Amino acid sequence: MDWLDWLLLAARVVVVFFVLLLSVILLVWVERKVVADMQTRKGPMRAGPRGVLVSLADGIKLFFKEGITPALADRPVYLIAPIVSMLPAFLAFAVIPFGTGVTLFGRRVPFQIADLNVGILWVLAMSSMMVYGIVLAGWSSGSNYPLLGSIRSSAQMISYEVGMALALVSVLMYSGHLRMTQIVAAQDRVWNVVPQLPAFVIYLIAGLAETNRPPFDLPEAETELVAGYHTEYSGIKFAMFYLAEYLNTVTVAAIATTLFLGGWRGPHPEHLAWLWPILWFVVKVLAIIYAYIWIRATLPRFRYDRLMAFGWKVLIPFGLVWVLATGAVIVLPDVYGRRPVVIGAAAVLAVVLLLSLLWSALARRRETVEAPS
Amino acid sequence: MSETSSRLDLEHVDPDEVREETMIINMGPQHPSTHGVLRLLLELDGENVVSCQPIVGYLHTGIEKNCEYRTWQQGVAYVTRADYLAPFFNELGYCLAAERLLGIEAPPRAQVLRVLFCEMNRIASHLVWPATTGMELGAISMMLYGFREREVILDVFEAATGLRMNHSYFRIGGVIMDLPPDGPAQIREFLRVMPGRIREYERILSENPIWLERNRGVGHLSADRALAFGVTGPMLRAAGVARDVRKDEPYCGYETYEFGVPTASEGDCYARYLVRVEEMKQSLGIVEQCLDRLAEPGPVMVEDPKLRWPAQLEVGPDGIGNSPAYVRHIMEESMEALIHHFKMVTEGISVPAGEVYQPVESPRGELGYYLVSDGGHRPYRVKIRDPSFVNLQAVPAMLEGALVADAIAVIASVDPVMGGVDR
Repeated sequence: MDWLDWLLLAARVVVVFFVLLLSVILLVWVERKVVADMQTRKGPMRAGPRGVLVSLADGIKLFFKEGITPALADRPVYLIAPIVSMLPAFLAFAVIPFGTGVTLFGRRVPFQIADLNVGILWVLAMSSMMVYGIVLAGWSSGSNYPLLGSIRSSAQMISYEVGMALALVSVLMYSGHLRMTQIVAAQDRVWNVVPQLPAFVIYLIAGLAETNRPPFDLPEAETELVAGYHTEYSGIKFAMFYLAEYLNTVTVAAIATTLFLGGWRGPHPEHLAWLWPILWFVVKVLAIIYAYIWIRATLPRFRYDRLMAFGWKVLIPFGLVWVLATGAVIVLPDVYGRRPVVIGAAAVLAVVLLLSLLWSALARRRETVEAPS
Repeated sequence: MSETSSRLDLEHVDPDEVREETMIINMGPQHPSTHGVLRLLLELDGENVVSCQPIVGYLHTGIEKNCEYRTWQQGVAYVTRADYLAPFFNELGYCLAAERLLGIEAPPRAQVLRVLFCEMNRIASHLVWPATTGMELGAISMMLYGFREREVILDVFEAATGLRMNHSYFRIGGVIMDLPPDGPAQIREFLRVMPGRIREYERILSENPIWLERNRGVGHLSADRALAFGVTGPMLRAAGVARDVRKDEPYCGYETYEFGVPTASEGDCYARYLVRVEEMKQSLGIVEQCLDRLAEPGPVMVEDPKLRWPAQLEVGPDGIGNSPAYVRHIMEESMEALIHHFKMVTEGISVPAGEVYQPVESPRGELGYYLVSDGGHRPYRVKIRDPSFVNLQAVPAMLEGALVADAIAVIASVDPVMGGVDR
């Protein structure tokens, strides 16, 4: 690598950093607008056209606010926690390929910061790092509500990470690669979401829990724990938590896009061939985020014990079974040869079994609901 | 750190060495889901509630005591501010009690109007319940939906009384003025829209698995315990006791209306939800019957000039005010009318000595007014038995062995209004 390569890399880092910041500013606005629309109201309308600058205004306000450190806080940890929670959110994005790339100065410039050969593991590592910021914030605030919030969140994030990891494992078993670009390349005929639909669903649910979004927003369940782990934070330090949370949402959606929705793939004309993949990528990420916002506007919050029960008793066993099934589909034909009839019969059997389970669960629910006389 | 990790070795754990500390957290008075300024002292063992102590009094406004220093008619304007989500019920309880002391009864049309406004008010109050509960349990859209429909009811109230809350519309001897001409049409439009909206809430909540998990089996209160605590209203009916003042001790002619008293047997938060939704439907039926009865015109206030409020309100270009004709009458035509007006406004009516307890069925339960008169122009004592206050007593019992998150669901299911609790 000569100096030009380094320069291009630095340029990519800077661009991605600012685009992510900008995307968070827009995402907050989009979320407020979409939720407002679902709730028959208008949402922010003041700052900028249709209130588009509202989160910028909020950011500026928070930046200039006085930062108060509680007397009982463990000062160094208290100050480090927001940074610790923000960094992994940025770092996780480093392995996401958000386009094909362009040729600049006779060099191939990929639209990705680092094409690690252990891309999926990097994602997992970063998502595990996120919990540290929250735990440290809750512990160092020296107050009860943040402590409860951070205990909840560490338990929640660690449990749901297992489910998320299982979903990722089945994807990497299916595609046979750890490298993000190769996973995208492997989806040239059919997106992973089709053969790996259960893994996709597991990932989306675990992603909701990882990003502390409703209905899994227990760590900061505002009506129970005031503001949860960041109750004692104000000003720019609070803004960092807020930023981290929305960055995580973007990152989770971007990872889901890359692993399951074919990344930047999509039909496009030859004209401006470098731009279309980026647009496709953005559209897919937005679609997932829209689904997340929709869920937020619809569902009540889980209770802590139910949340853990759901994670350990439903999501993880289901993920394990799916990993097993994926493994069986990959390995068995090599051992016993391809037998379409057997595979088809097994698939039909599995679907019937799954539907009957679902049906009985639904029927049980119907029975127990009855109007008072 | 190494010391603590060595304790994970189960063979060397000394049970006496395990630190067992409970945590006291102060939920409220400034807290997002304490319905105003309720304060809960929660003792927590991790996420489990060990004990709970509700502390009230942060919204004390001295309404009862204030009434002793005002004329009988002025009391209406005070009590309407107690339970601010159910202002009409407070006015009704106070007026009915005073009327019983006076030995009078409001004219039939006034009684129909009272029932009409109370039932509309019950719907409005029950709408705030799923709205705030939804908000507290994380179903944020439900809040906007609930307040959207409540807004329609408040528009009707505003058109008829001039105010959205604290109406002072019921007066001793009747109501202050009749419905505006387009009032019935406005209410009929509401009646047309509302059943669909209630179905919408049920679609959002009734079978929502998370909603069920958050509410079913949570905050259980059996019928005998509820009765022992003096709990009334939807909470008692959700435990299977069909107690409803409107049926048991009818007032305002409730015995002539057709409506059911919904009950459930589970006694948990979900049963309370079901009961409240069903009550909204029943109230819609009562409102409809009221509208049919309103077809016949009639006076809305007793005729006795020594009792009726002397003003004659009229909707003018700038809102509601005294009618110009009446002002001309007392100011230019009749000295006696002016003296009468002056005496009625400053001195007020005098009520025969005695004491009376008048319960009404408010959205939260039995709202009782205990009035004592010494024969003067002011009440000797006004005591309000507010159902939220009594129902709140049961919260610690309902929270036995619950989780922190349940505390929110339980308080929400009590539907306390601190204005009424603290008075």
